[in-house]
Amino acid sequence: MQNQEKNPIPVMNDQEDTEKQIERVKLEIDGQPVEIEKGTTILEAARNIGVNIPTLCYLKDINEIGACRVCLVEVEGRKSLPAACIYPVEEGMKVRTNTSRVRKARKKIVEMLLSNHHRECTACIRNLNCELQNVADSLGVRNIEPTGETMRYEIHQNNPAIQRDYNKCIHCRRCESICSKIQECYVYSAQKRGFDTVIAPTFMRDLGDVACIMCGQCVIACPTASLADKENINPVWMALEDPQNHVVVQTAPSIQVTLGEEFGLPVGTKVTGKMVTALRRLGFDQVFATDFAADLTIMEEAYEFVERLEQNKLPFLTSCCPGWIKFCEHFYPQLIPYVSTCKSPMAMFGALCRHYHYQERGIPRERMISVAIMPCTAKKYEAARPEHGDGERPDIDYVLTTRELARMIRQAGIDFANLPDDEFDAPLGTYTGAGTIFGATGGVMEAALRTAWWVMNGGKEMADAPKKRTREQTVEFREIRGQSGLKLTHVMLGGRDIHVAVAHGTGNARRILDAILGGEKIDYVEIMACPGGCVGGGGQPILSGRDHKKLSLDYRHNRADALYEIDYNKHLRNSYENPTIQRIYEEYLGHPGSEVAQKLLHTHYRARGNMPNVRE
Amino acid sequence: MDKIKRYMAANRWDAPHIDTAKLIKDKDKKAKLDQALEEFRDKPGQLVRVLQKAQEIFGYIPEGVQVYVADRMSIPISEVAGVVSFYSTFSTRPKGKYTIGVCLGTTCYVKGAQDIVKALKKELSIDVTETTKDGLFSLTSSRCVGACGMAPVMAINGEIYSRVKAEDVPFILAKYRDRVAEEENFNGQS
Repeated sequence: MQNQEKNPIPVMNDQEDTEKQIERVKLEIDGQPVEIEKGTTILEAARNIGVNIPTLCYLKDINEIGACRVCLVEVEGRKSLPAACIYPVEEGMKVRTNTSRVRKARKKIVEMLLSNHHRECTACIRNLNCELQNVADSLGVRNIEPTGETMRYEIHQNNPAIQRDYNKCIHCRRCESICSKIQECYVYSAQKRGFDTVIAPTFMRDLGDVACIMCGQCVIACPTASLADKENINPVWMALEDPQNHVVVQTAPSIQVTLGEEFGLPVGTKVTGKMVTALRRLGFDQVFATDFAADLTIMEEAYEFVERLEQNKLPFLTSCCPGWIKFCEHFYPQLIPYVSTCKSPMAMFGALCRHYHYQERGIPRERMISVAIMPCTAKKYEAARPEHGDGERPDIDYVLTTRELARMIRQAGIDFANLPDDEFDAPLGTYTGAGTIFGATGGVMEAALRTAWWVMNGGKEMADAPKKRTREQTVEFREIRGQSGLKLTHVMLGGRDIHVAVAHGTGNARRILDAILGGEKIDYVEIMACPGGCVGGGGQPILSGRDHKKLSLDYRHNRADALYEIDYNKHLRNSYENPTIQRIYEEYLGHPGSEVAQKLLHTHYRARGNMPNVRE
Repeated sequence: MDKIKRYMAANRWDAPHIDTAKLIKDKDKKAKLDQALEEFRDKPGQLVRVLQKAQEIFGYIPEGVQVYVADRMSIPISEVAGVVSFYSTFSTRPKGKYTIGVCLGTTCYVKGAQDIVKALKKELSIDVTETTKDGLFSLTSSRCVGACGMAPVMAINGEIYSRVKAEDVPFILAKYRDRVAEEENFNGQS
């Protein structure tokens, strides 16, 4: 399907230049000689010479615990079969990965895992994209002999975003690792022992009842359907089928660079036009872009930042990511006053849609259904927050993840890859490049800085904005792009030296927030809960499947690059240049931070605890 | 729309802010636990020690105590709950005044330990690992206690009963019930 990702670890060939620094060992895998860095595992060494050892619990650099034993290999001179994912290579080692003893052992292990796994494959949300299914297939499992006791648990789904099905859990602990090591939220841990062991939140509570930020990284990490997004597809179909309804849809910036993956297109393919066509064919009455609301967010946020800068109430923390907001409320409630009061683009869009766009057009309120396609499970939670609605009905009725949209497209029998291109509807589908890069880490910061730079340089009136600006004139902030976990830089704004920081993954966010609490001077912080920003979101296509290399999460680069490419090729690349934004402020909102804007586009947060509710 | 309203009303998901200082109501026990925490909390890997103390002080480790310990030791609560639920020494439910342990080692098993368990279950109307409603007895099974010569063996709060027969069970239990009744009488008079 795609050849862009080559494994980065050097092997065998260029011995001379690295020989001095790094100790290397020679071994033999399946008769092939290998020379590789000392400390490498048998698994990585084998993969480098094209020998594929099956794995289940292994997530490179994140979960290397040898729990599932599917990667067993034979090592000459050793009685037992070691797990290749944790066994380091040794000088003169002779490894065999394909003997009948190895095949038999692996098969038995998978059979035992399957014997205690709720095998409803054809009705499963991960059917055809399940690692357990793939491993069973490639090992040729035909008969599941063990028929012992099986787990019987209810599905835990008392929250708007993520459901946990313990009957499909294989105890690989990948969810626990990603939650503790990358996100540092420590939601999961092994509870109980022996056969009763579950990898569960504290006291085996629902994810909604513990300090979980709903980011969905555990859903991406899960090899089976033990963790999955809560589907909203059916109510959306029902809303679409009623001809009296007026169903509007907004798509987040990152969807246009990831949706194609679900239909076999290479990672990083831009499918904006096809996506719009597909949404029209599904029956949505108007197709809009959240990118537009991102521009609006930037206007509000940039002005709020300039105001806060004048008041000297810093640091200023962005508020676009619902996972990060929940993280802050749970773990850093003392920093809530510093978080921007701007709603996220999705919520701004929802409010604007309800109160501005449709009141004007005379569509009955209850007939207006607002759907959002998001790369994110936390957005499902955000839409259900009581602040985003009138108390009776949420501003956004349904949130679908990228995966759910792909399922709808498949259900409708649409041949996605061969669709013609189409364009977003006006007016709420007009957006600039600044809105698009929201989907990558550093994007919100860059977009905000572009506008803040303009505001600080005298651009007080929006009408002053040049109608067309060539892309070369746009001020770019390339230092804050890219996939390193923490990015720091400083920019001069209005004669002041502004220290900006960008973090993605809430573990990295902790580093910055702890530094701020320790007195570090940081003025402006962008935080995205997921590694890579929205392009690595918990609602994005799961690419584990057959190709294990993709688990290395490298695909975030390709997705982010595609977003920056869209930005670069746009005529309008600054939020204040967006003609719809200019019109909305002229006709309705007045100016950024006005009373109407405060009411519709701003919100408030509240401190939450980081412990589950105690029951006696 | 009703559906959404109902959904929103039915799903109140949250981890509310908890004042951990108020979690433990018994002041004496809290002071004892605080003392243990003071001793161990800054040393790495001492969670089990603290939990052992907590088990000693409270007789069991309820959720409130787990949250309190996690908060004071700055250890994720998921980890604390994991440790508590892993070791059989720790109990999350209150244990009875008397803990009955029936040895299920090989010899005792062969000599009819199962019949004793059955008799105990019937007499106490509880299952293994449960506690009677009056809080008097908890029933557990234990591994070999090393007294195979006296099999089958059962222990009540450390008192060993050897060569127990199923029909002895009611008499043994009666002894403890009487003892409690006597104590109550004594307390009532004084």
